[in-house]
Amino acid sequence: MIERVPELIITGILAGGLYGLLAMGLSLQYGVCRVLNITHGEFVMLAAVLTYTLATLGINPLVAAAIAGPLMFAIGFLLHITLFRTLKARTPSPAVFEGSALLVAFGIMYIMLHVGKIGWGGLRLPCYYLSEKVMFAGMTFFKNQIVAFAISVAIGVAVYLFLTRSRLGRAIRATAEDSATAGLMGVNTELILALAFGLGALMAGIAGPLSAMISAPSTAIGFQNTVIALIVVTLGGLGSVPGSFIGGIIIGIVNLLVLGLWEPVLTVPVYYGILMILLLVRPTGILGKK
Amino acid sequence: MDITGFISTHKKLLLVVFLVLLVVFLATVPLYGGIYNVRVLTAALTMVILAVSWAMFSGTTGYMSLAPAAFFGLGIYTMCVLEKQLPFLVIVVIGGLVAFAFALLVGLVTLRLKGIYFAIFTFGLVVFMSELINYLEVAIRQAHGWHITPLDNTMLFHTMLGLAVVTVLAIYFIRRSRYGLAMMSIGGNEEAAEHMGIHTTRVKVFTFAISSMFMGAAGVITAPILIYINSNIAFSFYYSFMPILMAVFGGMGQLYGPIVGAVVFTYLERLVRNQFPNYFMIGFGIILVVVIMFLPNGITGLVPMLQGKLSGVIARLRKGGEAEPHANT
Repeated sequence: MIERVPELIITGILAGGLYGLLAMGLSLQYGVCRVLNITHGEFVMLAAVLTYTLATLGINPLVAAAIAGPLMFAIGFLLHITLFRTLKARTPSPAVFEGSALLVAFGIMYIMLHVGKIGWGGLRLPCYYLSEKVMFAGMTFFKNQIVAFAISVAIGVAVYLFLTRSRLGRAIRATAEDSATAGLMGVNTELILALAFGLGALMAGIAGPLSAMISAPSTAIGFQNTVIALIVVTLGGLGSVPGSFIGGIIIGIVNLLVLGLWEPVLTVPVYYGILMILLLVRPTGILGKK
Repeated sequence: MDITGFISTHKKLLLVVFLVLLVVFLATVPLYGGIYNVRVLTAALTMVILAVSWAMFSGTTGYMSLAPAAFFGLGIYTMCVLEKQLPFLVIVVIGGLVAFAFALLVGLVTLRLKGIYFAIFTFGLVVFMSELINYLEVAIRQAHGWHITPLDNTMLFHTMLGLAVVTVLAIYFIRRSRYGLAMMSIGGNEEAAEHMGIHTTRVKVFTFAISSMFMGAAGVITAPILIYINSNIAFSFYYSFMPILMAVFGGMGQLYGPIVGAVVFTYLERLVRNQFPNYFMIGFGIILVVVIMFLPNGITGLVPMLQGKLSGVIARLRKGGEAEPHANT
């Protein structure tokens, strides 16, 4: 048992990259648009089952990510300009908007879940890719885990640089900070909000295919992914990109240790234990601002 | 005797008489209604309890609980564990208290923080409960699932009706009490409420626990209807989604809004569920989105609005020609 711990920890870090990517999208959507997008996991699910369909046509999951990502971006973008923008104009205060947006997302979650069920049924849809073993210092890993981790981290770094260095990134951060003032400074805040929401969905759209090549997706994976993303985001600090990855890696390691050494059904209860302690001790998360 | 005058002066009395007659009518349905109607009515009353108690807390304070099913399922499991030991009505009370205690714990962890953390925490609560109980079941009993001795449908219906009456009455009085007003001011502006001297955390935790208590008690009564129970059946997302849909659709501003929503959707669901198992959930999801977007006060919120419009039209008609030149200027 004990000699497997280093292997489990490294596999956990690799899985954590994907969780980080997932959480970053959610964090961006809440941090900028103030929509706690509990549909996030369903975007992952749709992208993952789409990967299966593309795989049956002979397209590999990495190419599928390049197709599903922009598609999810488009869906997210459209959702924001049709629903959330109107809702924002109709609600009297930001607090009311947050509550109503949450309920709207709750409704969309059920719509997307059942669209997935009608289209793809309830079975597991295997589309493994790059599943060769890699031996390293007596430990076994899989190529696809390493590739998924590398892509996730690369996207994380790219998004971080985009947000901190580019003009558009600065506009996004300004809108998140104070959208009214940003508007007065000449930022097209409506467009920025929709872009940020779409970007969040894009990350779910890339995370879906990456997870689909590691483990067989089904239409039921959405909820689990949303729960993980929510806990990772809280752990890392809402609105922080590096925080998402730190939180993701912690949850990844915890996940693998519970799976490997204890009891698979206990992963969610253990996450909840962590979440509970976190909310009692440091509710803003590891890198969150007060 | 002037009947319209009598109606307007004794509005409250008439309402009470009407409600008592309604309850009496419902209570006698098993005598002539047939088993199917009794079952559907029991389901409708379950949803009334869930929707009204959800709306009491989340509708007024704005803290969105996404997990009515967690407390409902806890009630179901209380019944499983205590079925052989205690009389049914005692278990109903205990189920309520278990849910109360659990909600108190959840509230103490999350409700002193911003609303977003409460939503995050409650979102996965159903999975958490389901998997934890799944594990404990295997660890303690070495078995999955429970078989519950079915109880008499009429008795279950009457218990559910009794609980629904208690729930609605209790929530009616809570809404009028100091706690109800405190909840409303938290929903309006929490910071201001705190400055007014309201102990906001205490109010939120306490009212959240009360609302969960009714959900837990309803779960106990539902358990014998399900007959076979495992953690997936007890903690089903269905019981999280439907009460929220019903409360939002009916409108959370008035006490009767969620009741209307619960009754409408229970019957609607019976009509379409078997034919279109997936499409009806899509349809219900769309209804939820549309109602939040365009009818923030729900379907019962339409009544005062239409009344206002209608009386405007009537007044204009009465004035007739006099209003005409005015409109042209």
